[in-house]
Amino acid sequence: MAELEAGATKGPQRPRPLSPHLQIYKMSLTFVMSGFHRVTGFVLYFGILLLAWWLIAAASGPNAYANFEWFMGSLIGRLMLLGYTWGLIHHSLGGIRHLIWDTSRGLEHAERELLALATIVGSISLTLVVWVIGYLAMGGPR
Amino acid sequence: MKDAQMRTPMRRVRGMGAAHTGTKDFWHQRVTSVAGIPLTIALIVIAIALLGRSHAAAVQILGSPIVAIIMLLFIVNIVYHMWIGMQEIIVDYVHEDKLKLAALMGNTFFCFGIAFASAFAILKLSFGV
Repeated sequence: MAELEAGATKGPQRPRPLSPHLQIYKMSLTFVMSGFHRVTGFVLYFGILLLAWWLIAAASGPNAYANFEWFMGSLIGRLMLLGYTWGLIHHSLGGIRHLIWDTSRGLEHAERELLALATIVGSISLTLVVWVIGYLAMGGPR
Repeated sequence: MKDAQMRTPMRRVRGMGAAHTGTKDFWHQRVTSVAGIPLTIALIVIAIALLGRSHAAAVQILGSPIVAIIMLLFIVNIVYHMWIGMQEIIVDYVHEDKLKLAALMGNTFFCFGIAFASAFAILKLSFGV
């Protein structure tokens, strides 16, 4: 009742309640995976420039394609491609998780934790699998 | 008494939301995410198949009808998904009106630019002009 009465008093001096933000919540895996989904989506948005460059270079000719291949073969290029691969797979798995939730399944506490864990473990494992297959397809690391 | 005065804010907002397009974006984001699953797998397979190949071989593979069609579908689908997704991020974090409108406009320009440039490249590879 004391709070109710205090809330009824008017005046600019009383601090208004603020909506809780990031730093007030306890970190949890589901919370971090939710953030990862948005962040990977945001980074993939700009990462598509690599895909567009690839296609435009191929359409432009051997010299443009050689430039693209030189960049992607460099350490920076490989790191960007590794990040793009992981981001794409992580965002895909996170998206599948959201689609499962859209059917109102998998929302119990244990199921949420399992799905969050499956997203991160799955994305890292699948990224490694894709890169191993990629290097095998090229005939070993160069 | 006018009908408008009898309506509560809740009634006005229900169904159409602040953007007046209802749940269209939500639903289209789901449609493009479902389509994105097989298309992303296909993109990864195509990318691996092209690793370390010469320009001539890359052109031949990317220009073949089935690969070109998959790439076109991937680009159009993913760009639409990106467009909605970035719009959602912008309206979540950018609250200043002018900045928000500029960001939303920039989002549209970027997405159309990527889509048309990539689609043009794929079609050029296919038709070999």
